[in-house]
Amino acid sequence: MSEHTHDADQAEALLAQIQAALAAGTPLSITAGGSKAFYGREVNGTPLDVRGHRGIVSYDPAELVITARAGTPLAELNAALDAGGQMLPCEAPDFSGSATVGGMVAAGLSGPRRPWVGSVRDFVLGCRIITGHGKHLRFGGEVIKNVAGYDVSRLMTGTLGCLGLITEVSFKVLPKPRASLTLRLEMDRPRALRKFAEWGQQSLPISGACQDGGTTLLRLEGGESSVKAARALLGGEEVSADFWDGLRNHQLGFFKDPRSLWRLAVGNNRTPADLPGDALIDWGGAQVWLKTTADATQLRTLAAQAGGHADCYTPGVTDGPLPPLPDTLMRYHRQLKAQLDPQGIFNPGRMYAGL
Amino acid sequence: MNILYDEKIDGKLHHVDRAELMAAMRAAMPDLEILHTHEDLKPFECDGLAAYRTTPLLVVLPERLDQVETLLKLCHRMHVPVVARGAGTGLSGGALPLEQGVLLVMARFNRILEVNPEGRFARVQPGVRNLAISQAAEPFGLYYAPDPSSQIACSIGGNVAENAGGVHCLKYGLTVHNLLKVEALTIEGERVTLGSDALDAAGFDLLALFTGSEGLLGVVTEVTVKLLPKPQVARVLMASFDSVEKAGKAVADIISAGIIPGGLEMMDKLAIRAAEDFIHAGYPVDAEAILLCELDGVEADVQDDIERVRTVLTTAGATDVQLARDEAERIRFWAGRKNAFPAVGRMSPDYYCMDGTIPRKQLPAVLKGTAELSVEYGLRVANVFHAGDGNMHPLILFDANQPGEFERAEALGGKILELCVAVGGTITGEHGVGREKINQMCVQFNSDELTFFHAVKAAFDPAGLLNPGKNIPTLHRCAEFGAMHIHHGHLPFPELERF
Repeated sequence: MSEHTHDADQAEALLAQIQAALAAGTPLSITAGGSKAFYGREVNGTPLDVRGHRGIVSYDPAELVITARAGTPLAELNAALDAGGQMLPCEAPDFSGSATVGGMVAAGLSGPRRPWVGSVRDFVLGCRIITGHGKHLRFGGEVIKNVAGYDVSRLMTGTLGCLGLITEVSFKVLPKPRASLTLRLEMDRPRALRKFAEWGQQSLPISGACQDGGTTLLRLEGGESSVKAARALLGGEEVSADFWDGLRNHQLGFFKDPRSLWRLAVGNNRTPADLPGDALIDWGGAQVWLKTTADATQLRTLAAQAGGHADCYTPGVTDGPLPPLPDTLMRYHRQLKAQLDPQGIFNPGRMYAGL
Repeated sequence: MNILYDEKIDGKLHHVDRAELMAAMRAAMPDLEILHTHEDLKPFECDGLAAYRTTPLLVVLPERLDQVETLLKLCHRMHVPVVARGAGTGLSGGALPLEQGVLLVMARFNRILEVNPEGRFARVQPGVRNLAISQAAEPFGLYYAPDPSSQIACSIGGNVAENAGGVHCLKYGLTVHNLLKVEALTIEGERVTLGSDALDAAGFDLLALFTGSEGLLGVVTEVTVKLLPKPQVARVLMASFDSVEKAGKAVADIISAGIIPGGLEMMDKLAIRAAEDFIHAGYPVDAEAILLCELDGVEADVQDDIERVRTVLTTAGATDVQLARDEAERIRFWAGRKNAFPAVGRMSPDYYCMDGTIPRKQLPAVLKGTAELSVEYGLRVANVFHAGDGNMHPLILFDANQPGEFERAEALGGKILELCVAVGGTITGEHGVGREKINQMCVQFNSDELTFFHAVKAAFDPAGLLNPGKNIPTLHRCAEFGAMHIHHGHLPFPELERF
């Protein structure tokens, strides 16, 4: 990895590699930190390593905007923001610690704060991409409000590299909260889920709500006064905030269970009562981490009944780890792929077979 | 170069006989209300951008989803363009009809289907008014955050199509940040669900793509929005400044102090005076600029932040800082800002509203550039500004009855937008491209980027039947527009820093 420690603009080299792949009709498998290599389907393609294209291009805290090249380590981005007293609030997972900015956007995965502040795509303001026509283009920008043309930057978020190569991204960032604390409450699951729904309707400075067995964990973030008042109102015992990083990066004891890991995204206040396996409830009930031996069909039916979907985080369990699409929607996905990546060179099959 | 649809440069449209189309519609949908007489069509010839008018071929007012579905299938089969319209309050001509097209009015889909306080969402039909959602949620202490200034009249379907904003965007986001799910129909009359009841959905984020696509990719038939708890309190501070630069600096200082106000608005002298004459909000008419800073949330935090912001404003050189003493005064402070457009309208027979967004630090340079352009074109410009998120609304004052003034206002507006692009901003922050800014899209995007947009469109509507001529210009139009622009081999505004 030593060759990737310096800021460098390698957009020209990446463009040349993609143009060569287009000329030869060779599929590419986009890689960077590899922290989310387990996510999605396997790609048969020539590796295209983005790590060398790295560095923060611009950051002005007063503008609430940061722009970084795709290969920039997420840790470096977060450190720069931290020094500016700010943060990327969606707190995307870093898993192994090698995650990059481009990988974060391509995967679109968000952390425990997501229900209260928004997802990765909510903070994306603009991006540069190398397209399936061999062009390096810019969409969106470095301003918070921008409705000129289609919202290509948000479309690219979460496409797992299937529509083009993201080379640079601009994000909206926010000041770090002045006060933050984590509470542990002895509260069983049914009661916790009822409370989550109740608290969700109130002006409380909650920014994390997780339930594990008999324990419920809450994170309070905001001004000193509101956090103090909420602490008094909610009771419980103050514990270390490290829990949230453990949850975000799947390093808690729960994730060491050898069974397959599934994620169920469900509607607010629709968390299934009976879950087949061991469950860790996140996002105030709207995200369920499940260690289970249940099959994909059963889990997907369960998630669909709760208004959502299920994806598998353990490789090799199913050929379709990402939630299947209805036929009509899949047709439009194929048409979009055919338009934007007509030769099918970008991560073919990473999301869905044949896409 | 005419802004109205020009088949020579915007693309050939299929010409269908009105009587033949009506007969086909009546046969397929006997109970669909169709307007076809000149008097009936006339009220639909423009949206909120009244300067541009076109009489549609026909207007249809469906009441049921199956009618919309059948209509789209029929138009698809007969190659008839379809322009969807909600309340028709848009300011960029996004719902401007086509002589050869059907205007599909979704206003009758006006039912709130579900308000779910525990799930914190509301499921509504597209014709429901923005404000009606918050009113329906109010008994539960909840509300729908995006609040475009037309919220009393504009429909949620139109908000989705335009990715509508408002004065609280910096803290609470745009429409795209406040949606869970959209049901839409494609031009082929196929039903698609974008997003889900959960916080994310399978596949590509087509919900984000459709939001703000100005009716070019599909027709919105149902919307599920997120509801938020109403902030316990909202307080507003008004600061006066003797220079626009100092006011701009104060905005950056507030944000640098780690405070994200619920609303942060700036007005310049001309706008202040217009608003004060109209509303008597208590604005300081001698100030060069005022800032309105609203702090909302949990009461204890708001109290702390008021003191912080007051200190920042004073340090930044405010000549006066006033905290609205009570709710009545808060509403009065805001009334001046919210009525700035009609207030300016009283000073001039006509006005033209721009919508560029810029990096905040470029504010003094852009205001200076705007003032110079104002002199050059001989037209007054009043500035109101969503300062927190960099979204400017210069209002160009003109008199359409004076020969050539409208054309001059249009040209001046175009120049202001190009200035916004030159400093790293965008031609539209929240009003949309529509028809109004179609030429300036050629300044913001190069031909490869426009080609990419056309490819996105082709994935959903290859025949180009949904709202043709809006949002994305043809390369042909940009070539014509570029030919009109005389660059003399150098960029406009050479004194400005580039990004």
